[in-house]
Amino acid sequence: MTPPRGRVVVVGAGHAGGTFVTLLRQAGFAGEVVVFGDEPDPPYHRPPLSKEFLTDPLERWLRAPGFYAEQGVALRLGEAVVAVDRRAGTVTTSRGESLAYDHLVLATGAAPRQLAVPGADLDGVQVLRSLADARALRDRVRTGGPVVVVGGGYVGLEVAAAARGHGVAATVIEREDRVLARVASPALSAILRDYHVARGTAVLTGQTVRAFDAGPGGRLRAALVTDEAGGERAVPCSVAVVGVGAAPRDDLARDAGLACDAGVIVDAGARTSDSRVLAIGDVTSRPVRALARRMRLESIPSAVEQARQAVATIMGTAPEELEVPWFWSDQFDLKLKIAGVLSGPYETAVRGDPGAGRFALFHHRDGELVGVETANSAGAYMAGRRMLAARRRVDPVRLADPAAGLHELAGV
Amino acid sequence: MPLITYILPDGTEKPVDVAIGLSIMDGSVRNNLPGIVAECGGSCSCATCHVHLDAAARALFDEPVDEEVQLLEFLDGADEDSRLACQLIVTERCEGIRVRVVDSAG
Ligand SMILES: Cc1cc2nc3c(=O)[nH]c(=O)nc-3n(C[C@H](O)[C@H](O)[C@H](O)COP(=O)(O)OP(=O)(O)OC[C@H]3O[C@@H](n4cnc5c(N)ncnc54)[C@H](O)[C@@H]3O)c2cc1C
Ligand code: FES
Repeated sequence: MTPPRGRVVVVGAGHAGGTFVTLLRQAGFAGEVVVFGDEPDPPYHRPPLSKEFLTDPLERWLRAPGFYAEQGVALRLGEAVVAVDRRAGTVTTSRGESLAYDHLVLATGAAPRQLAVPGADLDGVQVLRSLADARALRDRVRTGGPVVVVGGGYVGLEVAAAARGHGVAATVIEREDRVLARVASPALSAILRDYHVARGTAVLTGQTVRAFDAGPGGRLRAALVTDEAGGERAVPCSVAVVGVGAAPRDDLARDAGLACDAGVIVDAGARTSDSRVLAIGDVTSRPVRALARRMRLESIPSAVEQARQAVATIMGTAPEELEVPWFWSDQFDLKLKIAGVLSGPYETAVRGDPGAGRFALFHHRDGELVGVETANSAGAYMAGRRMLAARRRVDPVRLADPAAGLHELAGV
Repeated sequence: MPLITYILPDGTEKPVDVAIGLSIMDGSVRNNLPGIVAECGGSCSCATCHVHLDAAARALFDEPVDEEVQLLEFLDGADEDSRLACQLIVTERCEGIRVRVVDSAG
């Protein structure tokens, strides 16, 4: 078979787009590759931005900056794609250029949600998605005082933990009745809450930020918070990080008439509703192993998996089996690893010692494992992932029994 | 710069100069060698940078931390020669070593 040629145009120079072009060249693609990125920086690792924003350097490049030129990849930074004409097979860029494609790969990621409250535009209130955001946060935390985190998701908790690790006061304000309400089990939420509180973070659940208050000079001074009973208080802060989720940047795709449903709809080969257009990463609504519905996964492993799928589709090689979804988070000295998707009812077997920060939560339904959440227990996480992949029958009593070996439980 | 030979999953050998202080994972990623994916960028979280080293080469590096030991214990194809390449920091003593790269890309 002659290797496919032609021009591949990638929209978005993030983790998915950056990984895709490196894997495409590894696979021997000999055609032209052009990547547009609206940020000024080459592709970089985002996970450290919330975990280590007080540790230099912030710039952890996905590949050395000279790498793309060496690989014959035209990386056009600071230039956005503003329109896609699928009939003509062209994209239009923010510099007014029109460029034809044979394959188009949308890797536009997700945009952090803003809070629509008075004072949200004050100096000191910010989101955290990009390197530019992280630089601003670092500078503000180094020169300023207390941090408020709005939203108790993974990114928010990581920011709070990093601040506390440097002796800075931190308050997490969460509208739901527990942190990580949408993404973790109630058991993990409770354990992590206690872990943060024990390290000096104030965690306010069931409370909503109504406004941000400015002090003299128009700088942020406090977050004004209301609880469910309508009581109000001011939480003093000089930095507020809004971490209330992200929305897929699927506007280009929608304008181009591609099928979207809270994200660009793709199959297990990263194909959209147009065979010449692929989509990968946070912007997609994708099939997930062992799940009947599509969903959006916002994680590096998912972005990398879809980058591989897109390469296989373009190169015409065999598709892989879907991975068990997983991701990681670091908070204080906890290395968390989570696999599977928790939805519907399930029960939980606890292994290890949550108070000591070394534990595994095995979530199961009808004798089958549905998810595993672990901290400082990489072995239990790996065993859990194997059990999830094999859809292995599990005995909850033995999962929780430290005398029952992980190898035996995982059948390896 | 020490010369490290990467034996790729398909058997090809790629000799690469890797600067002291970088990891064996960095040396692979910077040269776009296949096999090592390095999803987590070297924080010992993802286990997608699996390599094999012989005993003499293993002795040139620090002992694995508990997290790495546990990840390796359950990794496909792992044995006593296995390490995670992001935890292997290159020193001047590494000149000429050979690492066998596992295909971590699925
Ligand atoms: C602070 C933080 C911490 C995280 N920690 C973890 C973690 O520990 N583990 C984990 O698994 N995941 C983590 N994630 C999630 C992970 O970073 C994302 O899932 C991943 O970056 C998704 O890759 P992507 O390429 O789809 O999107 P992105 O990396 O966001 O890249 C998309 C890029 O496309 C650009 N773009 C958008 N539209 C256009 C356009 N029209 N033209 C040109 N360019 C455009 C964007 O500006 C952006 O640069 C974290 C995310 C954040 C923000
Ligand atoms: S790069 Fe992730 S564990 Fe080595």
